[in-house]
Amino acid sequence: MQTQFDTTMRSRPRYGVLEPRPGLAHLIVADGEGGEAVLALFAQAPELLETARVIYMPGANGTDMTAELEAVKPAQFSRVPSYAAGRQRIVKVLGDAHMGLQVYVTGTEGLMGQVQRDAMEAGLPHDAVQTEHRGSLVRRVQCVHCKGITEHVRTDPFQCGHCGLNLFVRDHYSRRLAAFQGVCVDAEDPGEVPPAVERFK
Amino acid sequence: MSLDDYFHDETYFGDFTYRNSPQAIKRFPFPFPEDDYMYSVNMEPHVPGRKGSVFEHAFDVDEHYVAQMRDRARVLAEDPLRCQSLPHMTLAGWDLLELIMESFARDYPQWFELHKDGNRWHWINRPLGIDDKFTFLDESTLPYGPMEYITRQAQGDFTLQDQRNDNLWIEAGMVTTQADWSVDFDIGMNFHEWHAPVPLAREMGVFDRALKFLLQLQHGAPVRRFNWTMTVDPLLDTSPENYHKWGPSKTTMTRETIGRRQHLRVELQTLFRLPRSNAIAFPIRCYMISFQDLVTQPKWARRLHRVIRDLPEELATYKGFLRNRPLMVEYLSQFDDGKPTSPGWWPEDE
Ligand code: HEM
Repeated sequence: MQTQFDTTMRSRPRYGVLEPRPGLAHLIVADGEGGEAVLALFAQAPELLETARVIYMPGANGTDMTAELEAVKPAQFSRVPSYAAGRQRIVKVLGDAHMGLQVYVTGTEGLMGQVQRDAMEAGLPHDAVQTEHRGSLVRRVQCVHCKGITEHVRTDPFQCGHCGLNLFVRDHYSRRLAAFQGVCVDAEDPGEVPPAVERFK
Repeated sequence: MSLDDYFHDETYFGDFTYRNSPQAIKRFPFPFPEDDYMYSVNMEPHVPGRKGSVFEHAFDVDEHYVAQMRDRARVLAEDPLRCQSLPHMTLAGWDLLELIMESFARDYPQWFELHKDGNRWHWINRPLGIDDKFTFLDESTLPYGPMEYITRQAQGDFTLQDQRNDNLWIEAGMVTTQADWSVDFDIGMNFHEWHAPVPLAREMGVFDRALKFLLQLQHGAPVRRFNWTMTVDPLLDTSPENYHKWGPSKTTMTRETIGRRQHLRVELQTLFRLPRSNAIAFPIRCYMISFQDLVTQPKWARRLHRVIRDLPEELATYKGFLRNRPLMVEYLSQFDDGKPTSPGWWPEDE
């Protein structure tokens, strides 16, 4: 299932649907349910399999499509436990990229944001990367106070994993940080923290 | 008058000894030309204005200069991320340094001097006791990058926007006197992205029209606009970074203390096209006036009462003073006799 988003916040990224594009090389990065979008892409354009390099990580919710993805036999397939673990590899491919590298990312917002950020840092324009949202809506959030980033945030408010302040999660989004902004929820009335609601499933 | 007599020794933090002199009150940039307020594309040419006003010069250096530069140094020592410049913005930083040094030396020769011998420049800043020789466009000859160097010596926040793909990208900034936004978070965003949290203005077309106008901004033809908000106690650094520290001040204001603690906070924003980098410099100069000082000008008191009373709730919420609005309206209403106000913001045009 593709995901529907509220589009009122203009700093919020918008995601599309992966489409095969002609290119000399294809880097495909996915997490969790993003595996389904990768399979759909290969079903549309089986010729991509011959040059595709797929880097896959299971979702934070446990979804693991490694077996299904390996079964279609992409030219190169790596399974990594997390983005942090796979990042060096991805940055290497982006850095070695010649004209004609196509980048496809699918899965959670945190993953797509981080690949887009690393692609931008490697000098690719941010629209050179195709994205498709799949699976969980958990957020990657930067605490505006201590600057620490908390991954896979499900509730609003939540407690910053670094400084311990209780943060509400804004829709304001920074592509450079690949993160939403978290701001102290009880700043004006210390101690009055509303109950956490599971907003990002 | 000696330097020390003119420039206040005052704080914007802790004991908050910041005060406006009677002259500073008279020249305060009151931002409301009418009795109500809504967002609009409020830009006009930044040409020299009335003598003695904050528009007299390209950059206004006033009695708070030295104390505000001290406050900036204090904030930067705690949080160096308030000053950031992406690597390709260094040339724009030099453009800004040149603009400020030339303007200061031309408009305030008693305080600032700039001597040039080719690219070898000699800069003297008497109020801050700075006397530096450096090579223009050679970073290794300054103690900081060019933007940081000069904006540690200029009042107000500064951001630098690169122009490409028909958009502006905020890619450098010195931001320590902001109305609750984070330069660290916003760096790298485009015009529509960094304005995303603002209510109503996008639907009104304000941002599309403003951006279109700015993309055509010409070197030598700067423009200006006002923005405003409210701040409890004269805290310059109302940053989101420190919101958990200053947030509680909003809840402790009372009828007895509002006159001295509540401040109208006005930003005089100017926009300059820079000559070498083609970037746009955006100085955001912050002025604050306590309610008790503001109401000494009858026209301003009447008008501020009406503006605050009738402001759409979305704006009061966004600006962060919804909870104190009733207290403000009650206080200001004592100074509103219902008489009409004259158009324009000058206090004496009654
Ligand atoms: C190019 C330089 C500019 C920069 C860097 C800039 C930056 C900002 C930022 C960071 C905010 C705060 C957003 C937040 O809540 O996080 C803001 C607010 C705003 N900006 Fe701009 N801006 C620029 C030019 C303009 C122009 C030309 C207009 C003209 C219409 C404009 C209109 C506004 C308005 C109406 C707000 C809401 C302010 C309030 O109600 O307090 N800006 N701007």
